[in-house]
Amino acid sequence: MVDAHPDTGSDTSSYLMVDDLRVHFPTPDGLVKATDGLSFRLGRGKTLGIVGESGSGKSVSSSAILGLHRGTSAKVSGRILLDGTDLLALSDEQMRQRRGKEVSMIFQDPLSAMHPYFTVGKQIAEAYRVHHDANKKAARARAIEMLDRVGIPQPDRRVDDYPHQFSGGMRQRAMIAMGLINNPGLLIADEPTTALDVTVQAQILDLLQDLQREFDSSVIIITHDLGVVAEMADDVLVMYAGRAVEYGSTKELLTHPEMPYTWGLLSSVPDVTADTGGRLVPIPGNPPSLLNPPQGCAFHPRCLHRDKVPGDLCRTALPELLPGKRFAGHLKRCHLPDPDVVYEREVLPEIAPGLVEEA
Amino acid sequence: MFAYIVRRVIAGVILIVVMSIVTFALFFASPVDPAQFACGKNCSAAQKEVTADALGYNDNFMVQWAKFAKGVFVGRDFPDDPELKETAPQTIAHCPAPCLGYSTERTSTVNDLIERTLPVSASIALAAFVLWILGGVLFGVIAALKRGTIIDRGLVGLSLVFYALPTFFTGLLLYKFVAIQWGWVDIPRYTTIADGGLSGWGSSLLLPAITLAVFFMAGYVRMTRAYVLESLSEDYVRTARAKGLPPRTVTFKHALRAALTPIVTMAGLDFAGLLGGAIITESVFNYPGLGKLAVQANRDFDLPTLVGLVLLLAVFVIVANIIVDLLYAVIDPRVRLS
Repeated sequence: MVDAHPDTGSDTSSYLMVDDLRVHFPTPDGLVKATDGLSFRLGRGKTLGIVGESGSGKSVSSSAILGLHRGTSAKVSGRILLDGTDLLALSDEQMRQRRGKEVSMIFQDPLSAMHPYFTVGKQIAEAYRVHHDANKKAARARAIEMLDRVGIPQPDRRVDDYPHQFSGGMRQRAMIAMGLINNPGLLIADEPTTALDVTVQAQILDLLQDLQREFDSSVIIITHDLGVVAEMADDVLVMYAGRAVEYGSTKELLTHPEMPYTWGLLSSVPDVTADTGGRLVPIPGNPPSLLNPPQGCAFHPRCLHRDKVPGDLCRTALPELLPGKRFAGHLKRCHLPDPDVVYEREVLPEIAPGLVEEA
Repeated sequence: MFAYIVRRVIAGVILIVVMSIVTFALFFASPVDPAQFACGKNCSAAQKEVTADALGYNDNFMVQWAKFAKGVFVGRDFPDDPELKETAPQTIAHCPAPCLGYSTERTSTVNDLIERTLPVSASIALAAFVLWILGGVLFGVIAALKRGTIIDRGLVGLSLVFYALPTFFTGLLLYKFVAIQWGWVDIPRYTTIADGGLSGWGSSLLLPAITLAVFFMAGYVRMTRAYVLESLSEDYVRTARAKGLPPRTVTFKHALRAALTPIVTMAGLDFAGLLGGAIITESVFNYPGLGKLAVQANRDFDLPTLVGLVLLLAVFVIVANIIVDLLYAVIDPRVRLS
């Protein structure tokens, strides 16, 4: 599987390479396979979008990169190569020294992700001091500098505020400042805009992009919003039930999706600028239980196109993640023999009638 | 902040006034005749009438309450009889402000009674408090950090056992075995600092303090464990780990800080309640504290003493409440007092 990766457009040595990552949680009811054989690579300065519903394993997988499952009952296996170092082979202490310095993470809800009893400045400076031999004064100055960088007005005064005195957007800016203060090579943003107002969302995404360019960081952005992916990501990885179901460059994947789950995600994105003839079609059913996932393709119980696959394969056999017809770098996990035809004939007219007419 | 404190103090004073009225009302609602009690078993109707008159029990209870309230501010004479003051001033006990009453039963002002007994109760409460907070928080944190292990189960199980043991039972066990049978400590008898020095005072408090501390500690172990576990699963603890902070810093600076806030509240109120006397423990060890005094006053229908003790305890609890609320604002910046 390692050889079957999309061309990220970067040089051949990827900054981050995840290979057959598995995160399993033993529970009294059985083994929960939150991530089951995930592989992807990410070039320096590039952005990967990981998309999927709640419980598809997005956050669990990225927490594994940060080593946040260490000290829990989770069983993590596979390889995570960051700049050539296998993070899973490191000791806890070695991993801790990389956490926040080489890989850092921004979380979904900045209000609960920041400690309510410490000032914003203290929390940011703490992230700096743990990896640098700096005194309090220097760390504070650095925190103010970072707050300024992420666009907090009057940073020298706001540095002494507590998180609850910040607005939601400012809190997320402060979280970004905390995440980038050590100039990490990889930044993982776990649904960074989900808890924010729509108007603030765009600002935060712009800020992330600006800073990514400035710091030359690689970014993994976890989201369920394909709009965010379209704006931010170079590559997209669609996850379902702990596995990658479609993986390719953003442009290719969003224009020629080949997996019915991706079609479902596309159909359920509301777009105020789209023509009013387009319909908002939710994916039927609920995400599967990871404790007892469906046989065969995990998506088959919710798939509208499973009858087009001969021999009831969807129910019996798990499809491999293989290159599609169009492009070797576009991987999909689906039995459909001619997904492009189905997409153009059945899905596209539903969700974007305007596009069909133009074509 | 200042306005908040003023408001809370005013509310507290009103509460104390209400408490005192309720105490008077409850006392007179009781079917027992206090004058009969004061007069004794072989008391004729005429003698009883004289006694009731002398003690003021014939007045309406609100009038009695008003006399009591006046005494708090200007002091009182017992009995309050101008004629007697002229003829036999030596029979009159003066109780200076703030006078909490005069106990004919104990021929002493309530203030003096409290002055004698409060140090005993306060000493026991303080010693027990130190033991139970240190032990409770320490074992609670250990149990939370070792969650699911045999250490955790052992601590939680033990605390359940100790929580179920009544203090009189623990106290008697300690008394019988530790003090009498094994002779590890002297037979417990309250010693003041003036008499026995710090070490004498401290060792005299050992058994009663352990008796109380074991019971409270059991609750605090479970409470601390729950709060620490809750706080360890908070998002900001994950953030702290994601920053690359060492596990020690994550646990003790980030997780524990938040977990201890509710414990401070509980501890403040429990301590205040205990200051008012540990009735059972003081009785078991026969320590002359507020709790033992309260039991005796209750048995003798000694209204002045009872009112004084009830009000004292009310003051402790109200003051502790205000202090705890102020402390909360210091600990948690989100709390703005207004």
